[in-house]
Amino acid sequence: MIRDVALGQYIPGNGIVHRTDPRVKILLLIAFIVFIFCSFSFVSLGIVTAAVAVIILLSDVSLKLYLKSLKVIIVIVLITSLLNLFYGTGDPIFKWGFISVTMAGVYRAIFVSVRIILLILISSCLTFTTSPTDLTDAIERLMKPLKVFHIKVHEIAMMMTIALRFVPTLLEETDKIMSAQKARGADMESGGIIKKIKAMTPVLIPLFVSAFRRAYELAMAMECRCYHGGQGRTRMKTLHMKGSDCVGIIYAAVVLAGIVLGNIFFTAVI
Amino acid sequence: MSIIETKNLSFTYGVGTPFEKTAVDDLSVSVNEGEVIGLIGHTGSGKSTFVQMLNGLIKPTSGEVLLDGINIWDKPKEIRKIRFRVGMVFQYPEYQLFEETVRKDIAFGAINKGLSGDELEATVRKSARFTGLSEDLLEKSPFDLSGGEKRRAAIAGVIAMDPDVLVLDEPTAGLDPMGRDLLLSQIIQYHQERKNTVFFVSHSMEDIARVADRVMVMNRAKLVMFDTPRNVFARVDELHEIGLRVPQITRIMTGLREKGHRFSEGILTVEQAFDEIVDRLKREGKI
Repeated sequence: MIRDVALGQYIPGNGIVHRTDPRVKILLLIAFIVFIFCSFSFVSLGIVTAAVAVIILLSDVSLKLYLKSLKVIIVIVLITSLLNLFYGTGDPIFKWGFISVTMAGVYRAIFVSVRIILLILISSCLTFTTSPTDLTDAIERLMKPLKVFHIKVHEIAMMMTIALRFVPTLLEETDKIMSAQKARGADMESGGIIKKIKAMTPVLIPLFVSAFRRAYELAMAMECRCYHGGQGRTRMKTLHMKGSDCVGIIYAAVVLAGIVLGNIFFTAVI
Repeated sequence: MSIIETKNLSFTYGVGTPFEKTAVDDLSVSVNEGEVIGLIGHTGSGKSTFVQMLNGLIKPTSGEVLLDGINIWDKPKEIRKIRFRVGMVFQYPEYQLFEETVRKDIAFGAINKGLSGDELEATVRKSARFTGLSEDLLEKSPFDLSGGEKRRAAIAGVIAMDPDVLVLDEPTAGLDPMGRDLLLSQIIQYHQERKNTVFFVSHSMEDIARVADRVMVMNRAKLVMFDTPRNVFARVDELHEIGLRVPQITRIMTGLREKGHRFSEGILTVEQAFDEIVDRLKREGKI
């Protein structure tokens, strides 16, 4: 069913990754994304891969779930690495008609697929170990400096919180409406793609109607509680940095050093 | 002859995950054609899961559902055909409406079944009549109807498929007392004309007492009682233990009996109680 999608799901736990401050986690995620794309030699890529693997093993989330989140993007990985395979320059090591594969192409394909896999793994790790509310709290806090540019940070964070909050509700609703229409003989499994898209109308219309109804009710409820946005609002849970958060930052610094050295002392292949 | 029968029916949610939960456990039951079966149980007792297995919306983890003696999952590709024979009205069915007009929405199931032309038109009219929707509402958008009318339109949409077995999951929930009474009597009337088999899931013991020939009581995924309303509602203490109560009027009459008034046992509806009291007063010469 739809609910089996593992991407972006919070798994409660109490490991070191769970306990790390969400702000630090977001910054570390950004740092790691940069690391992944700045690894140009095999040694650097190996260091990043090992670093990501350590985080995942520490994350108190079963490896099965990570594999599940990879399953969703396996097609993308295959297609992009295949395309890259044929785009290398240099002497072809394999030629058939207009298709030629070069060593550079092979390297490129390997780098691209490893990078995508690492990206998915490290970002899944963030969503698996951080509850949606913590996540938006942290984003709001991190974006606070943007207030200088008159960006309504609190409103954006509130919208994100609400959106995330309603994902499971709408999934459940979709399930329910699908069952109801199937009970009326709606055929959603058979037929070509156009027939399948058409068959979704009886699901999508009630879903939109109820989404608007919910939005209206929520707005009403917020208004009744005199909600007026971020000005002078205090929070129930304030985020505090702890010693363990420093460990994360130091870890990232070490990985960075490793990558820089790897890039300098070993030949860049890409 | 039994139209629907279940054999050791079980269903477990989330097999192999930490959230594993058995919703229906080893349920065997046999229902005769033309019966009205009331289904009661606490929230989470597995009623909804059970009824969704009757028309193949949920595939049982083990056990089987027999419709006219044939396992409905014998030919998994033809499971849609089962859904035309076992019609299912979900809780709050008004959220399934989607067409431009009420007429089109009622026709949706019937068209899926393969009806068209005059036959379709006649079916739509008939179902609208059964659920008490007036003709002029048929051309309106379903989203312009009142809550009660939407409910009727949704039920009409299922009745339009002319199912042999009709499953109603809390059809009167959230309606006002008048709408409740009316909808209930329309369901009874439909049943009497069509002579179909009805499964009626409800939290209202009064409704169950009024419509059911036999009552299934579910508790923690298991079937704990299956008997006539009279016999089921006589087991007050057992029902109380699993968080259910008997109809209000039954409690009153039991209370009066305990106070020494000689009323007969197993009074389930206000009408029965009224007759009983009038009868008693007449015999005592007070009226």
